[in-house]
Amino acid sequence: MKREIPLLISMAAGIFVLIGFFVPHPAIRNTYDDIQQWVIIVVAFTYVLGMANLMRINTEQIQRRAKDWPYKLALVLSLVGTMIVGFFFSRGSHYLDDRTGFSWIYLTFYSSMSSTMFSLLAFFIASAAFRAFRVRSVEALLLAIAALILMIGRVPIGNAIHPAIPQIADWLMEIPQNAAKRGILMGAALGVIATGFRVILGIERTYGSEGGG
Amino acid sequence: MKKFAAWILLLVLGASSTPAFGFPLKAVDTPNDKGNDITLSWPAPPHPPQQWVVLRVEPGKSFAAIDTIGGELTGFTDETAKNGVKYRYRLAGLGAGGAGLFSDYSQEAVAEPSWFDTGKRNVFIVITLFLALVLYYIGQAQRGKIWNFRPIAGLAAIEEAIGRSTEMGKGVLYVPGVQDIDDIQTIASMIILGNVARMTAKYETPLMVPANSPAVYTVADEVVKGAYSDVGRADAYRSDLVRYITSEQFAYVAAVNGMMLRERPAANLLLGAFFAESLLLAETGHETGAIQIAGTANVHQLPFFVVACDYTLIGEEYYAASAYLSKDARLLGSLKASDTVKILLILTIVLGCVLLTLGSPGLAEFFATQ
Amino acid sequence: MIAFLANLRRLDRRWIFLMVGLLVVAPLLTGFHIAPVKPGSRAKGFYDAIEKLKPGSTVLLAGDYDPGTIAENYPMHLAAARQLMARNIKIIGVELYPGGPPLADQVLHLAGAEYKKREGYDYVNLGYKSGNEAVMSAMGSAGIPRTYPADRSGTPVGRIPVMKGIENFSQIAMIVSVSARYPGTKEWVQQVVSRYHVPMIAGVTAVSAPEYYPYLQAGQLQGLLGGMAGAAEYEVLVNHPALATRGMDAQSLAHIFIALMILLGNLAALPQRSPGARQS
Repeated sequence: MKREIPLLISMAAGIFVLIGFFVPHPAIRNTYDDIQQWVIIVVAFTYVLGMANLMRINTEQIQRRAKDWPYKLALVLSLVGTMIVGFFFSRGSHYLDDRTGFSWIYLTFYSSMSSTMFSLLAFFIASAAFRAFRVRSVEALLLAIAALILMIGRVPIGNAIHPAIPQIADWLMEIPQNAAKRGILMGAALGVIATGFRVILGIERTYGSEGGG
Repeated sequence: MKKFAAWILLLVLGASSTPAFGFPLKAVDTPNDKGNDITLSWPAPPHPPQQWVVLRVEPGKSFAAIDTIGGELTGFTDETAKNGVKYRYRLAGLGAGGAGLFSDYSQEAVAEPSWFDTGKRNVFIVITLFLALVLYYIGQAQRGKIWNFRPIAGLAAIEEAIGRSTEMGKGVLYVPGVQDIDDIQTIASMIILGNVARMTAKYETPLMVPANSPAVYTVADEVVKGAYSDVGRADAYRSDLVRYITSEQFAYVAAVNGMMLRERPAANLLLGAFFAESLLLAETGHETGAIQIAGTANVHQLPFFVVACDYTLIGEEYYAASAYLSKDARLLGSLKASDTVKILLILTIVLGCVLLTLGSPGLAEFFATQ
Repeated sequence: MIAFLANLRRLDRRWIFLMVGLLVVAPLLTGFHIAPVKPGSRAKGFYDAIEKLKPGSTVLLAGDYDPGTIAENYPMHLAAARQLMARNIKIIGVELYPGGPPLADQVLHLAGAEYKKREGYDYVNLGYKSGNEAVMSAMGSAGIPRTYPADRSGTPVGRIPVMKGIENFSQIAMIVSVSARYPGTKEWVQQVVSRYHVPMIAGVTAVSAPEYYPYLQAGQLQGLLGGMAGAAEYEVLVNHPALATRGMDAQSLAHIFIALMILLGNLAALPQRSPGARQS
């Protein structure tokens, strides 16, 4: 029963949502909309579980003085500190307003650290280009030429070298790139539908395992 | 107050007198909706007024203004209609150019909810066909039919990577992407995680699953627990195998990169929906010397994985992974159905192009979703 | 030569990082200029779509990004707010990223001060709402005031002049989506443009821009800004060169350097060239 009941629930929910996609009648659509709201509520509750997991695992490791425990301490202190500032020192529900403690944390730490992580991409692209972009075949040569034209054509210097470079770059993006991408997307869409059917029909074992059930 | 006076004037003119009718007004039940909607349309008059007042009447009542809209419009949807009530409409011009400008009375229109969205007929046909094929091939598989599928190197490499980690006495890092559990890529990732966890449980290889969403953490934890139990290694399951990190994209990347650099797993499996973080993760993983297998249906991230990982599952290969890994005949049946539909789609696309070129847009229009 | 190439192959990647860092920082610090920015057709489409709007109409400015992609999204967001305000178009700001509202506030306040626009009368930031595409869908079905009963600072929408008469997408002349990933431009197209036929233009990160080309070709998007390059082209069109335009020289140098890295990487691999890649 531990296996069958969740399977039946997921099958019923899946079939109902599938029907709801095609039937706009309120008899179906209202429940369909309600189910979507339930999802948002259930997901909101999982944050409690997530937070509990985060605190438990990290505090345990701090207590045991496990490997790299100072990092865990930094995490727990940052989490608790941000919450305290947000709840008690940021004008209540106006915690997102300018010049609150919370917005100071947002602008000083969160904003700059997030931007820094994203900007690492530039460094990693350069090192990946050096290390991995090998011209081993005619196809790879074509790919390399296309990449070079695109990189130069997408910045002002491309136009300064020759006005045709940005035009070729645009053509590459709009015709061959789009065609290839649409092919992959269509295949992926079929994979999505097949995966959906497998879950709805209950033939994916992962969702029905004894322990996981 | 001025507007109110204008409305009163219009009501008097529109409902009681017999002004010269200007142009036809069409009112129909809005198709494919939940009801309570009637769509009005009319031709643009040569000299449009500044505004239109929409007047409506129902049996036993007199005309009443229900809305004032821009004079340049040629359509309006009345979203306040009651289902089953017969309504008639009129438009009256207001402001500059609107004096004496009235539409004809529309015919009666009744709002009704629809039981089937005919705009999605094409999707319905394809989905039904797909489902029928899935059931047919599953039936064939259950009767013992075996198909040959092309080998996918990346999938074969998953077991190899876990084996390598076991030999080296190191762990396996499984990153399920950065989308929530309502994304099909994450669901597919959870399915593959079940297969991976069975292998790590069997080989007693440490597994690390950092989750980007608490919902993903909850499901992943259940999946891993179930997988360990399935292979009789419930005792080896630990509650810190799966852990919630953060829902913030780049903070998550920083944490996972930290795990790669500190724990030095021998295999990194990056399977799910990825965005700008794909190369940040894959390059860091490469730097640690781990064998890396990535899979995603986010096409724009595939180039990053291809350059930085050892194997990449592209689009549908990623969705086929669970069938390949489990070798379950019924799952392979669904792959066969997927391939058959793909062939049919290719034939339809070619046929559509030929027909369109020959000036027959019927097939192309049937598949249009707009 | 072979020895040089072998050494090159063993190049510590931190040298590459250092070079990228220098090439990006130097033009920003010194004002070193390489070439003028020339707007392309997609940026022109974005600009023209706003130019065609009637003054006094209302647009929805969706700022679906957070500080992670500030470098690419913020300049286009600011430039769009400037063009909209210059044309006396009212702005309703919404964000579906929890980290987005402070950035949208900054954009609206900055452009508002430049064009002497009043918050609440000419623009409003309704702020963040959780629920991803369900929020977009609800704005059309339940209506904008029911989905966002108050603005970011808690003022009920009934008391905000710019929200007067705004019920749903019928009163929105255009959606301007500035987005980083999910939820963003793709979801606005799927949930709103397809169902309510509201015109839309979008500014997205460079890495995700190719994903939106099909929408552009299908006419579901009237203009598209891709990354900092797109933002720079747009800044030139609105005649207000700013952050993105300044960044283009740095980006030009970085692109050339990466192209050089591809060539050097292949040269370095010459001595050890052998078949049998592991990549599938």
